[in-house]
Amino acid sequence: MPKVKSLFSIPDFTLSPRVDQVGVEERASRFTKRSIKKESKVSGLKLVLNMIDLTTLEGKDTEGKVKQLCYKAMHLHDTLPGLPTVAAVCVYPTMVKTAKKALEGSGIKVASVATAFPSGQAPREVKIRDTKYAVVNGADEVDMVISRGKFHAGDYNYVFDEIAAIKEACGEARLKVILETGELGTFDKVRRASDIAMYAGADFIKTSTGKIQPAATMPVTLVMLEAIREYYYKTGRMVGMKPAGGISKSKLALHYLVMVKEVLGDDWLNNEWFRFGASSLANDVLMQLVKEKTGIYQAANYFSVD
Amino acid sequence: MEKRAIKKSSLSISENGIEEKKSTRRLEVLKTYKIYIGGQFPRTESGRYYVAKNADGKQLANVCLSSRKDFRDAVVAARGAFGGWSGRAAFNRGQILYRMAEMLEGRKAQFIEELTQQDSTKGKAEKEVNLAIDRLIYYAGWCDKFQQVFSAVNPVATSHFNFSVPEPTGVVSIIAPQNDSLLGLVSVIAPVIAGGNTCVLLASESKPLCAVTFAEVINSSDMPGGVVNILTGKVSELAPWFVDHMDVNATIYCENDSSVQKMMQEKSALNVKRIIFYNSVKWDTEKGQSPYFIMDTQEIKTTWHPIENIAGSGAGY
Repeated sequence: MPKVKSLFSIPDFTLSPRVDQVGVEERASRFTKRSIKKESKVSGLKLVLNMIDLTTLEGKDTEGKVKQLCYKAMHLHDTLPGLPTVAAVCVYPTMVKTAKKALEGSGIKVASVATAFPSGQAPREVKIRDTKYAVVNGADEVDMVISRGKFHAGDYNYVFDEIAAIKEACGEARLKVILETGELGTFDKVRRASDIAMYAGADFIKTSTGKIQPAATMPVTLVMLEAIREYYYKTGRMVGMKPAGGISKSKLALHYLVMVKEVLGDDWLNNEWFRFGASSLANDVLMQLVKEKTGIYQAANYFSVD
Repeated sequence: MEKRAIKKSSLSISENGIEEKKSTRRLEVLKTYKIYIGGQFPRTESGRYYVAKNADGKQLANVCLSSRKDFRDAVVAARGAFGGWSGRAAFNRGQILYRMAEMLEGRKAQFIEELTQQDSTKGKAEKEVNLAIDRLIYYAGWCDKFQQVFSAVNPVATSHFNFSVPEPTGVVSIIAPQNDSLLGLVSVIAPVIAGGNTCVLLASESKPLCAVTFAEVINSSDMPGGVVNILTGKVSELAPWFVDHMDVNATIYCENDSSVQKMMQEKSALNVKRIIFYNSVKWDTEKGQSPYFIMDTQEIKTTWHPIENIAGSGAGY
């Protein structure tokens, strides 16, 4: 890894590279053609499990629901020994305390969304207090949303400063910046928003809130991975990637792993640098793992309810 | 004069027989017999096929040789469709089955032709198609009636209103009769879906043509995708998968092969799925239709509803 340069100039974000949409879609579809079978499939699936941010972000969430989810995070499927745990549990700030207590000693991190998730339509002071509330209650990671309205209006400095301010409010907690690519519209804008987020101090860039369609897709993730690669070459700092929303099948998750490996390499193939934001993906992966072990196709009603 | 000569020569070109040759040499456009999963007609994911032949060994068509993964995909489609289909008004299910009969009536000629290609005689084929249509009408009528016949209000000693009603069991995998390639197929599918189940069916291995054409009938009958899924392929290859899939609630088998029956009974223990054998049913008789066929894939749910003990207070009903 090249040495981290202490000072690097912040580029003009209006000059972020333009993205060839057809090329990106073509390249992304190639990743789905790799054949991953048997042992490599099993270890791939276990890696996927270990990268999941098990998520519940509903208005109807209760403490009971969060506790149940935390229990699931620690005991994915006890009848199948040797499974890893998920990487983190992702909840609203009000649920952080509950999750932190439930996960004590398990090594599973607590991630909290913050900054007026999912719209991000709140004054900066409110967003900073929201973030601090989550961190004070014990969040190890903060998932913030960018101000898409300001971004579309071309006020990149506002977006940049806001991310930097939230990063400061996070303290020790790692910051994931949600671009909400479904609201950005074009790959050019996704690339530009990625650049802004990384230069402003993001530890992770994340596609979506999960509340807007389309959420994570392979092409949009590829654009962000390439932004991460270029940023790494320029500054020497690694940034993580978290696609979220819409990844609910094991096969698709494996395609994402292939993409990460072929774009960023093995250094990113762990839950320090790559995460899936998902809730139903875990059960599908478990069903595939049991199928690999027993040779029998599984049914959802033999697995825990999300 | 000149004009006339030109005309004559151009005429002679067509008299050359070029036109005529063209029409006799026209290649018939043969149908690709594809499988039916989730309201779509994909080819098998395996890319394999086998050749369907008649008794004289004449090649009839290339047919998909479905794999276990096609079956897996079909079960996912069937499970996805189950909630919507079982939740529909029973009357509406009847309407859709009736619509299937209407569509089948309109394509009678095609089915008769396919059946005669597959070694039936014209008269027998026509009788089989007519019976198949009538059978759909028969089960269309039963859709919203069998519940009344098989439900019960049960006398109990406590102050409960106690009643039992049939409910669909879920996803049913079916290995269709090998010989009655249309009538047998209709006779096993209709009672299953009339009761609100969804199904995955493996068509007759030796006579698969009607099954695929019947899928086209289903597809144009307001039937939601995924309720009926039809695969073609080898029974010996697919039967174990049909019966040990954990997301299948019942399996129907229509042949007499005792080794397959034994294998099915053993594997069904995994998730205690129901195994139903129709090995001696004559589908072309009255015995081939009955509301009891619907009940084979129903479960009885009994509800205890607490009530005030009216009789105890002397009020009576």
